[in-house]
Amino acid sequence: MVWHQFRYQNKIFWRTPIAAFFTIVFPLLLLVLFTALFGNETIEAYGITTAQYYTPGLAVFAAMSASYTNLAIGTAIARDGLILKRIRGTPIPPWAYLTGRVVSAIYLAFIALVLMMLVGVIFYGIQVYPRTLPSAIVTFLVGVGCFSALGMLVAALSPSGEAAPAITNATLLPIAFISDIFIPIEDPPAWMEVAGSIFPLKAFAVAFRDAFDPNLTGAQFHWPELGLMLAWGVAATLLAIRLFKWEPAAGRSRGPRRQRQPAEGET
Amino acid sequence: MAAIQVTGLVKRYGEVTAVDGVSLRIEEGEVFALLGPNGAGKTTTVEILEGHRAPTSGEISVLGFRPDKGGRDYRERIGIVLQEGSVERDLTVREALDIYGGMYPKRRSTGELIDLVGLGEKAGARIKTLSGGQQRRLELALGLVGDPDLIFLDEPTTGFDPSARRQAWGILENLTALGKTILLTTHYMDEAQHLADRIAVIARGRIIAEGTPETIGGRADGRTLVRFALPTGVTPEQLPVAGAVVSDGTVTVEASSPTRTLHDLTSWAVSRGLELEHLEVDRPSLEDVYLELTGDG
Repeated sequence: MVWHQFRYQNKIFWRTPIAAFFTIVFPLLLLVLFTALFGNETIEAYGITTAQYYTPGLAVFAAMSASYTNLAIGTAIARDGLILKRIRGTPIPPWAYLTGRVVSAIYLAFIALVLMMLVGVIFYGIQVYPRTLPSAIVTFLVGVGCFSALGMLVAALSPSGEAAPAITNATLLPIAFISDIFIPIEDPPAWMEVAGSIFPLKAFAVAFRDAFDPNLTGAQFHWPELGLMLAWGVAATLLAIRLFKWEPAAGRSRGPRRQRQPAEGET
Repeated sequence: MAAIQVTGLVKRYGEVTAVDGVSLRIEEGEVFALLGPNGAGKTTTVEILEGHRAPTSGEISVLGFRPDKGGRDYRERIGIVLQEGSVERDLTVREALDIYGGMYPKRRSTGELIDLVGLGEKAGARIKTLSGGQQRRLELALGLVGDPDLIFLDEPTTGFDPSARRQAWGILENLTALGKTILLTTHYMDEAQHLADRIAVIARGRIIAEGTPETIGGRADGRTLVRFALPTGVTPEQLPVAGAVVSDGTVTVEASSPTRTLHDLTSWAVSRGLELEHLEVDRPSLEDVYLELTGDG
């Protein structure tokens, strides 16, 4: 049942080239751009090269975009288009439909993240360590689960399909900056440090990046970071379930009713 | 057995009463039209029957279920054609029918549905490339995909121009020929008359008339109107019938026994060598009845 929904959501995703581009290709472009701009030198504060810094961070960013942004926008647009209302009239249990959406988003996040890491390994000499692989996988699952829940929460809160991209951009970009995704800030102001540590993106990036840091040893399980993401994820899930709506807000449901013309040659 | 049995249905939104004591009984296999102006409570009533909303009060049994509590078992047996429904626009017609069909335990095959609504040439086309009329046909096919026992059609032709509406009726007639129970809402009198076995007129949240297209609003025992041009040189007082109204040179007589009235009039005219120009015998149209009932006239 969930499998059927998963395949269906997946099919729809790949039919929309723009979404596929932003999710998969855009973070790769950023990686190429940043390493070219800053040169693949060692970053003093971190003791790792630019590529070693950016590749896991942007992989996390790509995974977040595939889960958080896609789910928020896709679900809000589906509600505006009365697709959610149609689903509510079929025998599919609501949870199965929504789980299908989330699983499809996690699958895309996985593709985006693995692709980024592959590019890092092939072109920028990133090392993958078997000892940290379990941590990397657990971090990925907890992080993407957390951002999927947040994406569904934004979908629940968005008054319309147009509002969802505005909300995701307004939240994602500033938080990406204070979470050191785009620029490794060597000596950040205290408030930025605190703000960054409140939101789950930095936790996701730090835990994932350390799994690929050649200077570190051990399994690199980051329990506080995993705990923070889990807390955000659980809170967002509970709120999203409470607030989720299957129909557009009143007054929007009728939409602009177009005068329908019969097509040429239609009989 | 009744497919739909509703008694004293009320739905309030805060201070607003959208549905105010509606009672309905729709038999299995019947095509039933809920007719009324915008805001009369049609859509709210249908959405309660579909299970999208819970009623404030009232007894409801649809196929033996209370719709908002019926869950999967109920939704497997109904088909909903949305008012301005939508489906993922990037899918093809065939894919959409396969995907939605896969949600039902028993289903009509995609090929059969495509034939039924006449989308054969468009089966492989993306939905966003279909014309408005073709998209409505796909909506119909999607409403039928689970081989439902009961079909809800909410304003199936609203926003159509007259020729698109005629086409849609053709498809809806195929549908009624399947022998399914159909609940249709519309604000077009002619649509209800054309498609339905029985009609209920709803206004301000209440059913104000119910019957077949022929009898609704007492139309069958309504009066007959006889009209003709007042012959030159004749004053209204000279006419051989009572209750004649003259306006703009046209005489209108409300006749309770029209054969008698016509006989009186024609033999009077013939004996005087007069011609009753523009002679017409007419019954109030369903449209007149509807406008009178809903107070829009």
